[in-house]
Amino acid sequence: MTMTPAPLVDLKGVGKHFGAVRALNEVDLSCQAGECLGLIGHNGAGKSTLMHILAGTLRADCGVLLMGGEDVRHGYSVQVARQHGIRCVFQELSLCPNLTVAENTRLMCPGLRGFGWRRKAGALIVASLDSIFPGHGINPADVVADLPIGQRQMVEIARAFTCVDEHLALVILDEPTSSLDARVAEQLLGYVRHYVESGGCVVLISHILGEMLATCDRIAVMSDGCVVDVRAARAFTHATLVESMGTVTRSQGEHYEFVSKRGSAQPVVNQRPARQQNGQTVAAWPGEIVGLAGLAGQGQSQLLVQLLRERIASGKRVALVAGDRQTDGVFSLWSIAENITISSLAALKRGALIDPQAEQAMAAEWQARMGIRTPDMNQPILSLSGGNQQKALFARALGSDSDLILMDDPMRGVDVGTKREVYAIIKEEAARGRTFIWYTTELEELDHCDHIYVFRSGQAVADVPRNELSEAQILRSSFQEEVA
Amino acid sequence: MNAPQPMTLKPQPMLSGTQGAAVNRARWLRNALPAFSLIVLLGTIFIMQPRAMSYMGMNLMLNLAVPIALATIAQMLIITVNDLDLSLGSFISFVACVAATLLNDHPLLGSLALLGCIGVYALLGALIHIRQLPAIVVTLGMSFIWVGGAVLLLPAPGGSAPQWLQALVKIKTPLLPFAVVVCVLLAIAVHLFLMRSTWGVVLRGAGGNPLAIAKAGWSLLRIKVTLYAMAGSFGVLSGLFLVGLTTSADANMALRYTLLSIAGVILGGGEFTGGRVSPIGAVLGALTLVLAGSLLSFIRISPDWQIGAQGAILILVLALRTAVNRLEVRPA
Repeated sequence: MTMTPAPLVDLKGVGKHFGAVRALNEVDLSCQAGECLGLIGHNGAGKSTLMHILAGTLRADCGVLLMGGEDVRHGYSVQVARQHGIRCVFQELSLCPNLTVAENTRLMCPGLRGFGWRRKAGALIVASLDSIFPGHGINPADVVADLPIGQRQMVEIARAFTCVDEHLALVILDEPTSSLDARVAEQLLGYVRHYVESGGCVVLISHILGEMLATCDRIAVMSDGCVVDVRAARAFTHATLVESMGTVTRSQGEHYEFVSKRGSAQPVVNQRPARQQNGQTVAAWPGEIVGLAGLAGQGQSQLLVQLLRERIASGKRVALVAGDRQTDGVFSLWSIAENITISSLAALKRGALIDPQAEQAMAAEWQARMGIRTPDMNQPILSLSGGNQQKALFARALGSDSDLILMDDPMRGVDVGTKREVYAIIKEEAARGRTFIWYTTELEELDHCDHIYVFRSGQAVADVPRNELSEAQILRSSFQEEVA
Repeated sequence: MNAPQPMTLKPQPMLSGTQGAAVNRARWLRNALPAFSLIVLLGTIFIMQPRAMSYMGMNLMLNLAVPIALATIAQMLIITVNDLDLSLGSFISFVACVAATLLNDHPLLGSLALLGCIGVYALLGALIHIRQLPAIVVTLGMSFIWVGGAVLLLPAPGGSAPQWLQALVKIKTPLLPFAVVVCVLLAIAVHLFLMRSTWGVVLRGAGGNPLAIAKAGWSLLRIKVTLYAMAGSFGVLSGLFLVGLTTSADANMALRYTLLSIAGVILGGGEFTGGRVSPIGAVLGALTLVLAGSLLSFIRISPDWQIGAQGAILILVLALRTAVNRLEVRPA
């Protein structure tokens, strides 16, 4: 392959759908040898999808994938990506925990073979670790399962930079610093600069604005599956970067007077997140809808679980609407009616047994209220569409006698129509005095909340009533301003 | 069968030097446990029955160990990719029946049938991978097919193993009995392949984190087919060895090998999930199970109670292992 001054990789009009969800929409992006390209955006903006396409683990539905001026989209795979010198460190670790560090290195370097391959692989990975993370303290004979998460991440990164008889052109680092401590993260970013200056190319994805601005040459901002802005990193500041991430246009039609429900009586909930270092608590008053915002996986779900456990332990009523339907939502072999009535069985008993008529009546009532589209509530729950299954889960929680309802990002993958219907019911129930705590990754849903807490690294870092809510503020709090 | 769990990103405290050493000690203990159990068992037998400590005695005791060790290795290969083979015992019975009938009467046809068996195993691996079926269900179904085939071949116990096979399993080796030599060679050969070679690394990696293996550009289909075909080959060897020892076959002769082989793998330090297996441990585990039977005969426990007592020994060893594992997890 000849190295031309043309872009190393050039993506043109790349699109990708997952079912009805459009993850990527006509994305154009290119990267040159000798530059570090930053990729930034809110959760679900399509960064990881784009990188999976580049690494060959996902297929693009349309568009052109030019490498050295040649379209390789058809028949593109992990092997082809590797032949073009593309390596990827994914967000979810891809080491085998049962193998040693040296053996994991060999998985990526088919060139290591023959007698003594283990020693060669060990020397290779140690050399790479030494140059990126001096003083790493990792032995190539260590089994990966025994290493703490930070060291695993170091091995994974170092492995991407090793090569035997192959050429290495582009390394994708998807949130490489998320589990590294500050000193090690600095070593890595220093190495990235060094590598880029010696002619390599790195695509860096990170939520830490400071490190993006300091390390990248160019930064591409993604939002809603599109690249909305590409500029030289020098042309960005913290403020302009946050601003360009929040270009989602939103209809602000139903904006009515905000009345705080706080101040009266006692809060229903006043909980300090487990990893909170200051005295900040997450509080909810009767009739309030409290939103938990921030990037995905910053401790919002943990707070909900923590609340759930404590309420159950102290014998108070609580209900949870799960977001991950398949794992902790539906009983997949039961009927829709059984799925709805499971949390209200105490009220449906006649003597020691369940009263089938009461059960049917309750199911019929909730079918009407939630508008669950099915001819018969005794059909299996899996006969429903995803959105209707989610409605059944809402019915289960709302049908119980609990006055506190926790929602763990329940609208994931639910269509817009269903969402609207459910929002209306949530508001109706809140008006009757029920309290909702709602973790959501969708910024628009925060408009329905009375009070919002933004989470970062397991802590509530911002506490805003709805009348002061702005998207820029949420984004600013979600993304770390400086390297900690 | 079990979907691999993604590694959770729990922040863990950095291991200090002393904790690292404790982890190593616990790992060493766990690896030494199968050998330790076997030595204790052998020691007890030799004390109870000193005459067993001879070429002849060992030969008698370990005669049936080779087919069980081979079956255990076959099972271990399946467990490497987090699957379980519930048809192994009936498969070995079927192979024994083929050897005692077809292979004896029409050597060429018999050999082809045995090769076909290996092919069926390879296809099973492909089927389980492509359709994402639970291996337990597929192999449970296959177990009835194998038994059915065996009954068709040999409706009543009988048949006769080929002469060369009978001669082969009765080879007298100098110093150590043939069974011991075969077990040692088997353990070393499989260890070199699975634990030391580059292919072995990929195969075990597929048990540890299949997604990572796929992302690194390896074909999981080929990995599964390879492992199932190898398991089938070891199953065939086990059946041939067994029928060579017993000289005639029976459709139900090896049914208990299914559970014995699983117990052997686990006794030998293997785990059901995560690609953590040990070929040397598996062979030691198989020998332990065989000797546990002999020990019970020596202390004159009535055969009615032997299976229960064998189970008790199994529970004892596994309890020890759990204790060692706990040592590993507990921060020092």
